[in-house]
Amino acid sequence: MSILVYIEHADGAIKKTSLEAVSFAHALAQQTGGGDVVAVGLGTIAEDQLAKAGEAGASKVLYVKDSNLDAGVIQAHADAVAQIYEKVGAETLILATSSLGSAVAARLAVRLQAGLVSNVVELPDLSSGYQVKRSIYTGKAFAVTTVDTAHKILAIKKNAIDLKTDGATASVELVSLDIAQANFATTITSTDQATGEVLLPEADIVVSGGRGLKGPENWGMIEDLAKVLGAATGCSKPVSDIGWRPHHEHVGQTGVKVAPTLYIAVGISGAIQHLAGVNSSKYIVVINKDPEAPFFKAADYGIVGDAFEVLPKLTEAIKAVI
Amino acid sequence: MKILVCITHVPDTTSKIQFTDNNTKFDKNGVQFIIGPYDDYALARAVELKEQLGASLTVLNVGEADTEPTLRKALAIGADDAIRINAFPKDSLFVASEIAAIAKENNYDLILMGRESIDFNGGMVHGMVGQLLGMPSVSPVMKLDIEGDTVKMAREIEGGKEYLEAKLPLIAGCQEPIAEWKIPNMRGIMSARTKPLNVIEPSQNQSATAVVEFKLPPAKGAVKLVDKDNVEELVKLLKNDAKVL
Ligand SMILES: Cc1cc2nc3c(=O)[nH]c(=O)nc-3n(C[C@H](O)[C@H](O)[C@H](O)COP(=O)(O)OP(=O)(O)OC[C@H]3O[C@@H](n4cnc5c(N)ncnc54)[C@H](O)[C@@H]3O)c2cc1C
Repeated sequence: MSILVYIEHADGAIKKTSLEAVSFAHALAQQTGGGDVVAVGLGTIAEDQLAKAGEAGASKVLYVKDSNLDAGVIQAHADAVAQIYEKVGAETLILATSSLGSAVAARLAVRLQAGLVSNVVELPDLSSGYQVKRSIYTGKAFAVTTVDTAHKILAIKKNAIDLKTDGATASVELVSLDIAQANFATTITSTDQATGEVLLPEADIVVSGGRGLKGPENWGMIEDLAKVLGAATGCSKPVSDIGWRPHHEHVGQTGVKVAPTLYIAVGISGAIQHLAGVNSSKYIVVINKDPEAPFFKAADYGIVGDAFEVLPKLTEAIKAVI
Repeated sequence: MKILVCITHVPDTTSKIQFTDNNTKFDKNGVQFIIGPYDDYALARAVELKEQLGASLTVLNVGEADTEPTLRKALAIGADDAIRINAFPKDSLFVASEIAAIAKENNYDLILMGRESIDFNGGMVHGMVGQLLGMPSVSPVMKLDIEGDTVKMAREIEGGKEYLEAKLPLIAGCQEPIAEWKIPNMRGIMSARTKPLNVIEPSQNQSATAVVEFKLPPAKGAVKLVDKDNVEELVKLLKNDAKVL
């Protein structure tokens, strides 16, 4: 049995969530007594980057080197992955739950007649059928779900598995595909993307600010701490609604759902809709001047105090130890 | 121009999530149901497009009779008519194939829905409907304008956005800030009572997955508070206890 993994890249590097998907596939292959883990990369990716998929557990990487696929045109990517899936004779497709991944997976589920489960948080339980645990209600619960089809697609949630880094180098094989023009019916005219920044949905540490910071001019404090920690910056919904921060930083029920090892919330009250976006964090630190702020109930560590006083001190103290 | 907006009927975002029947059913006790927040954005944008371009606007939900108040609310917000596919929405494929069957009969130019439902968070239905109908699907869309038969959109990607264009017909999964949520006014609420709400039996009955059990995450322990004048203590805890630095 072969497992195919669809990997995404940003700025020419494979995304960490995609490498986690490879590690997930590797562990799944082990669980079912071996089998190939084949990763597929689309667009223009450096070959040494593709080899990283080997370290994460892929036995082979198929590289569809086609600049038409550099842009994440959903239908074209879905068509390419479907063709590869059939070529490889795979029975399972693994990918990361992401903006592009989820959109591609949905189309593939219909095309490949595969049962699709997204936000998967653990390896499947194969002891009685095929049971997959996924996160639902925006992280507030889990559903154990059976997949009743021969072909299966699992979209993995960030941090569902430890990233494997000790795999052997994988061979990279170039594949050319014929992707019908109809799949390029949506044209990407431009992109507007922060480069060189840590991507919020992928970040291991997130420093987030809320309305308690009073104005966009005070975000320097958040950025300083984020820089020291190599963290991404986030914000609450009102902060992006008023335009203090860009929309893609908005964390919560209606924004980005993060799953870092450390989430630091500064001047955010902790409304239930904000918590819905951070409840998969491993550790939460809250800095708020109101001891009654609901966020403290969801936090591991907290400081009751004025952010303007506490934050610069904290940044200095962290600088001193790392 | 014909627009279809597909809406979910989901627990209010402040609901306590609990399960009954041996953790096999969602506990509706005391829970308020709403139009999914993402679907609500889609609906708001559709109402704007209707006013701007003179379109007809249908809302659809796959659900049992208890979802009708949610459909009535969508009618009050500005939809012209509603369709309820009378079935429990078993999984994404089930919902998508029923939507696709209705769409095939009615030739909508634009099908909008939320990027994902806030109960199961699948984010799959728009893509599945797109594949079933052979139409492009785009998600998550944060801006959508129509000029002639061209749709201009912005789609959120990790760390930014991407601008795209496509021709109608098209399916989009929406999110903010595509439009501001609309609150129904008195006139809307009155007129919603007499707008058509058609109940149709499911015709496809397809599904590929099933939930066998729900689980809740373990309760969080109490917060450890550190004095504001002793931030070094917090750094120590993060470094030595949590081991995250
Ligand atoms: C359907 C729906 C969906 C929503 N989705 C989201 C979502 O995705 N994400 C989201 O964030 N919100 C969301 N909201 C909004 C949410 O309910 C809250 O309104 C919002 O999270 C509050 O943002 P905030 O904590 O920044 O601001 P506030 O609630 O105003 O809190 C500011 C906090 O800062 C503290 N503070 C003030 N000054 C200082 C200081 N000097 N130092 C330290 N602390 C200080 C205050 O004590 C307070 O706790 C949603 C709401 C609805 C109805």
